[in-house]
Amino acid sequence: MPIKILMPALSPTMTEGNLAKWHKQEGDTVESGDVLAEIETDKATMEVEAVDEGVLGKIVVPEGASDVAVNSVIALLLEDGEDASALDGVDTSAAVAAPTGEAPPAPAPEPTAPTADPAPAPAAAPAPSGERIFASPLARRIAGQEGLELAAIAGSGPRGRIVKRDIDAAMAAGIGKAGAAPAASPAPAAAAAPTIDDPVFANMPEFDAVENSTMRKVIATRLTGSARDVPHFNTSADIEIDALMAMRKELNGREGADYKISVNDFVIKAVAIALKRCPDVNAAYTDDAILKFKRVDISMAVAIDGGLITPVIKDAGSLGLAAISEQAKELAGKARDGKLQPEEFQGGTFSISNLGMFGVKSFNSIINPPQGGILSVGAGEQRPVVKDGALAVATVMTLTLAVDHRCIDGAAAAGFMKELKGILEDPLQLML
Amino acid sequence: MADTSFDVVIIGGGPGGYVTAIRAAQLGFKTCVVEKEHLGGICLNWGCIPTKALLRSAEIYHYMKHAGAYGLECKDPTFDLQKVIERSRGVSAQLNGGVGHLLKKNKVTVIDGAARLKGGGKVAVVDADGKALPDLTGKHIIVATGARPRVLPGLEPDKKLVWTYFEALVPDIMPKKLLVVGSGAIGIEFASFFHTMGADVTVVEVMDRIMPVEDAEISDIARKQMEKLGLKIMTEAKVTKLDKAADSVTATIEDKTGKTQQITVDRVISAVGVVGNIEDIGLENTKVKTDRGCIVIDGYGRTDEPGVYAIGDVAGPPMLAHKAEHEGVICIEKIKGLPNVHPMEKTQIPGCTYCHPQVASVGLTEAKAIEAGHKVRVGRFPFVGNGKAIALGEPDGMIKTVFDEKTGQLLGAHMVGAEVTELIQGFVVAMGLETTEEELMHTVFPHPTLSEMMHESVLDAYDRVIHF
Repeated sequence: MPIKILMPALSPTMTEGNLAKWHKQEGDTVESGDVLAEIETDKATMEVEAVDEGVLGKIVVPEGASDVAVNSVIALLLEDGEDASALDGVDTSAAVAAPTGEAPPAPAPEPTAPTADPAPAPAAAPAPSGERIFASPLARRIAGQEGLELAAIAGSGPRGRIVKRDIDAAMAAGIGKAGAAPAASPAPAAAAAPTIDDPVFANMPEFDAVENSTMRKVIATRLTGSARDVPHFNTSADIEIDALMAMRKELNGREGADYKISVNDFVIKAVAIALKRCPDVNAAYTDDAILKFKRVDISMAVAIDGGLITPVIKDAGSLGLAAISEQAKELAGKARDGKLQPEEFQGGTFSISNLGMFGVKSFNSIINPPQGGILSVGAGEQRPVVKDGALAVATVMTLTLAVDHRCIDGAAAAGFMKELKGILEDPLQLML
Repeated sequence: MADTSFDVVIIGGGPGGYVTAIRAAQLGFKTCVVEKEHLGGICLNWGCIPTKALLRSAEIYHYMKHAGAYGLECKDPTFDLQKVIERSRGVSAQLNGGVGHLLKKNKVTVIDGAARLKGGGKVAVVDADGKALPDLTGKHIIVATGARPRVLPGLEPDKKLVWTYFEALVPDIMPKKLLVVGSGAIGIEFASFFHTMGADVTVVEVMDRIMPVEDAEISDIARKQMEKLGLKIMTEAKVTKLDKAADSVTATIEDKTGKTQQITVDRVISAVGVVGNIEDIGLENTKVKTDRGCIVIDGYGRTDEPGVYAIGDVAGPPMLAHKAEHEGVICIEKIKGLPNVHPMEKTQIPGCTYCHPQVASVGLTEAKAIEAGHKVRVGRFPFVGNGKAIALGEPDGMIKTVFDEKTGQLLGAHMVGAEVTELIQGFVVAMGLETTEEELMHTVFPHPTLSEMMHESVLDAYDRVIHF
């Protein structure tokens, strides 16, 4: 029997993905560990490695196929001694159970790599073109009653099925609200975006329609939800960074320095320390409680081809500047190459977005739910300042903080900005 | 020198322990089970299984006595108590051997002895003769030591006149008069058995109804049927004193007004609940916390001591074999790091009681659903409206369903009557898949079966019942 190669689940919530590229062609010999294909999800591109060896007998899902259900058969591998005739009659639509008891996998108490161990659930027939959302009847009904978009909700049930607890969690986090007016407080329905054939485009110039990628859809859903449902407010402060620049120059100029610390690395470290001192700002809102996180994990917005992604520097407050610099560089590189692992871009507690390199003076960001705050970093530039009643020149950078007013109040936000300004203007504090 | 280093060491080979061991082995862990008495634990040797064997004998005896109702003749049926007991012990012995075989097949090491946590991933083991075996080391240690009968002051079992379930399973005599203290699943099943076999049985329950965890309507129906058969039931009453004679016991029973009465019986069964086995297993050498006689765990069986887990009865109620098994599977799958492992939904654990009539339930009772803030829709369907029930000669009983009015979520299902313990699983699956009343109404139930009553009960909740 040929071995069925299944669409892997690259993250616990993944239900489908796109088959970006086949690295092997039909007839190619495959060794265990060879890269077979690349799978693209909403957030990342990952490689599928061969577990078994043999000859790639048949590619079932062609390159470029989108929305391929997790655990559906994507290819068949011929084992030693089998020829193509063995492929006849293999049911590629049917469910297959992952190997269990008979051949125990190697003992590995730690979580296995996502690609190595597809969820041991039988797969349903894939519906490659389908937009079908798997959700329990109860989840569907409550979503309908509460006006939630199932498409915006991640499922935690078997094979990513949306179940009641996901709906409850979405309601608590304010995710997925559709235009429908909630019964309690009738609100105007959110304006839906126009479709391509909307007459409004008829009088506009010709255009290329770039199909929305999965990432684009996620950005649209999440940021629409955040802008509509999260009460944002902004505070900004001008920071004099001459001392910081001097310290940076001194550090980077040291003999044998194998690092190059950027201003942004200083900002990440300073934000982490300021959040430790102001834990009220390292928070998320739920309907039941405000969650104050015990660790500062900084999401760092990285622009990538076709969108953006926010890799996470975990426990940034406990890392030195060189370590932050190295991690930031590595994560940004992986992000641009589409190689981030799910755990590398999930779970931050606070975001930083830096557009300073474009010469932008200041800007306001949209909060990345369920986080409670995001800091927008402008360019450091020489500006006239007044010192002791006289004009002087200083290097100044404008920082703008957006917070979710449901969990972070004005005084708390302002207190955080004061801490942050203090640290950045007296960067020796970073040593403490 | 035997191997003493394992990925997973499981203390206790009951249904929680051995099932977890097999799952651990499937996941590739090098696993051992330390069992101090019998593989299969209380469930298989002194609980669920041997009682079902006894109750099966009682059921057939009951049919023999009522053969005339079916046009059959069976004059003066009798029984041989020793043979009834032998059959029950034989059933346990067969399954006990089966568990050993399953563990061997899955390459799980079984060590006969009593285990004790030493801290730091080490477990001391002492064999039945009190001889110390080599210490075991386990990266993950799962405590599955189960529970034992609760002892109330004044009601201490002496194993001769005052029995626990151990003695009641191998009775030395067939008591003419029997007092059962407690009407939970254990008490009421033994009351049912001994009553069917001809004993004059009195059940004393401190709460206001028998099987107090069940829906009030269901326990009321069960009580009426049992009383109709001749069982004596006293609720809101307690046994305050037992005076033992040579071969009888006089019990003082106090009702809620404080009035007392005395009855003299041949034997007493104390079935006032069970408590977790947390003693003598070395918990003091760890950071494991306990609360009201049970180990405190999170949703994945993790205790406060890293690397030490607890599952089953010792980790708290409901103390049911199937809860222990599933808790163990969740625990080991979480240790393995499998995706999509979630804590058990405790409102979806069914319970079955094999008294006559049988009682089975899952989810919230009507009262608990209302208490939890639900506006409910309740459906009821009586056995007398079901063709199969009439054909079986079992016209007594009811199936009750409780829905959330707004969402149509099936919150609970409660059954009393013939064979309901085999029916309840249909509703458990429905709840697990989160069906609403709509899918249940559109499900085709086979005719003629008792399961049609499940359909009708759902229809009744939405005023669409057909056959009543």
